[in-house]
Amino acid sequence: MVRVAEPVIEVEELARTFHTRRGLFRRPGKEIEAVKGVSFAVERGELFGLLGPNGAGKTTTIKMLITLLLPTGGRARVLGHDVVKDARDVRGKVGYVFGGDRGLYERLSGLDNLRYFAELYGVPPRESKQRVGELLELVGLVGREKERVEGYSRGMRQRLHIARGLLHRPQVLFLDEPSIGIDPVGARELRVTVKNLVESGTTVLLTTHYMFEADELCDRIAVIAQGRIVAQGTPDDLKQQVTTGTVVEIEVFGLPDGVLEKVRAEPDVQSVAVDVQGQAQLLTVHAQPGADVTQAVMAHLEGSRFGRVITRQPTLEDAYIELVNAA
Amino acid sequence: MRLLRLVAVAWWLQLKMRSRSAFDGLLSLLWPGFFATTIFMMFRQGDASGPALLSAAVGSSAMGIWSAVSTTAAFALQMERRQGTLELLVLAPQPFALLLVPLTLSMATIGAYSMVATLLWGRIAFGIDISIADPAAFVLAVIVTVFAIGMLGMLIAISSIRYRTAWALGSAIEMPVWLICGFLVAINDLPAWVRPLSAVLAPTWGVAAMRAAATGHSPWANLGWCLLTAASYGVIAVLVSRWMVHSARANATLALS
Ligand SMILES: Nc1ncnc2c1ncn2[C@@H]1O[C@H](COP(=O)(O)OP(=O)(O)O)[C@@H](O)[C@H]1O
Ligand SMILES: [Mg+2]
Repeated sequence: MVRVAEPVIEVEELARTFHTRRGLFRRPGKEIEAVKGVSFAVERGELFGLLGPNGAGKTTTIKMLITLLLPTGGRARVLGHDVVKDARDVRGKVGYVFGGDRGLYERLSGLDNLRYFAELYGVPPRESKQRVGELLELVGLVGREKERVEGYSRGMRQRLHIARGLLHRPQVLFLDEPSIGIDPVGARELRVTVKNLVESGTTVLLTTHYMFEADELCDRIAVIAQGRIVAQGTPDDLKQQVTTGTVVEIEVFGLPDGVLEKVRAEPDVQSVAVDVQGQAQLLTVHAQPGADVTQAVMAHLEGSRFGRVITRQPTLEDAYIELVNAA
Repeated sequence: MRLLRLVAVAWWLQLKMRSRSAFDGLLSLLWPGFFATTIFMMFRQGDASGPALLSAAVGSSAMGIWSAVSTTAAFALQMERRQGTLELLVLAPQPFALLLVPLTLSMATIGAYSMVATLLWGRIAFGIDISIADPAAFVLAVIVTVFAIGMLGMLIAISSIRYRTAWALGSAIEMPVWLICGFLVAINDLPAWVRPLSAVLAPTWGVAAMRAAATGHSPWANLGWCLLTAASYGVIAVLVSRWMVHSARANATLALS
């Protein structure tokens, strides 16, 4: 029998609308289209990133895939199981870890938290003890496991969370903004842990709003904004898809009125953004492909005081910002 | 076997968690003390003595167990929701109702401490003669009653999977159950239309069994009915929770946002 490799996660036109109801008599409130028909596929062993700003619909998408929310449109299959019809099959095979410090029993020790979830997730009793030990080792909590979670730092909680998500050896791990609120060192350790997991064969779907995290970790990225996927591909693909030319960054002290409009009106200028940085304003100008607008922009700024002026190639971050702004 | 182990381990850990809050712990000892005092004094004023007082002691200790369960059971899932663990429970590949059993059972177990406290209080402060005719059967009846009350609590807890405000339900039915299950008054004194309701509530049979064992009558028929009704809650809970979880997924009420 020839087995055609099926994607581990297949999503077709998946959509979810929320109805907010208010008051005792359930007056129909607003309708929020959180996810408006997204499609993508994740192959076995891949680390796939859903990258998008807050409120883009990342968590909603994940929750539909792990069967916590019913879709209001479209279909999704995880490991060949339909997320609506075969919810129980999906649950047994996926792991779910989210960022922030909820999702743990504060009054229990880290070890007891893992014991509890090991029972819940049906880890065979004979393996349970060893598995818990392995995972404590993996996430570096050995020696602290008997302390109550109340006293854990953000980073420790997050690591405990990951251990919890891996107890039942899920084939697919869903990580929803795992690095939120942890310090840079903790975040780097977390990325190493995630990389190791993928190397050992786990398929990972990760959401993040940190561009560099997606760039460093993911094999492929889908950029999601306002409930729609606006671009998809490897980090390099995305950089190339970007239609921006060189980027000019100019630090100006006291930007005269009306200059912004004049710069924007330049034929070779694609977009302009201003960012206030202390006393200075940072003007970021994206040129049309193949054009160099440095001279033209500087001409408009005559008489102003400058800090540094940089002309550089577009980064993935520029691509991301452009994609999200265009959505 | 797997399921028994799940319930046992989860019960133990839940018990650990619940007994770690000093404040709750204190309350769960104080409350039943107040109930018991009120009841003993009322019975005394009515010139009750001997078996009637023992019966009151048994009834008021059952009240303690029920109060520990009813008010917290419905609230427990709201707590899980706040902690962000409700979603993790739903994700477990087990029937959801099964996960609630250890939860409410641990509450009932804490309630059982209050039973001991009540009986001792009755003995020390009111000199109630707590000579139990058949101690072994009595202890068994207590265990079965704790289990039955835990199962009833689970039935309450289930509604709050779907309805975020259903935790109020627990407080609402706390006192009616005292009455209907005959914790303090004889069921025969209740209006006839209430009696079928008493019959389907497992604690009714549990308390009757405890009283029978205490006074030297046979508790077995009551125990049988108690187990049967409690088991039927399990079946109802499995069916209802399936629907509740589905509805919660449709209406996005598993998380707080
Ligand atoms: N349970 C809910 N009820 C109503 N609106 C919701 C609910 N959950 C999410 N939303 C809304 O859906 C949108 C997408 O949210 P979410 O998926 O959490 O975004 P992200 O995870 O990308 O930050 C937001 O506008 C959010 O307010
Ligand atoms: Mg989110």
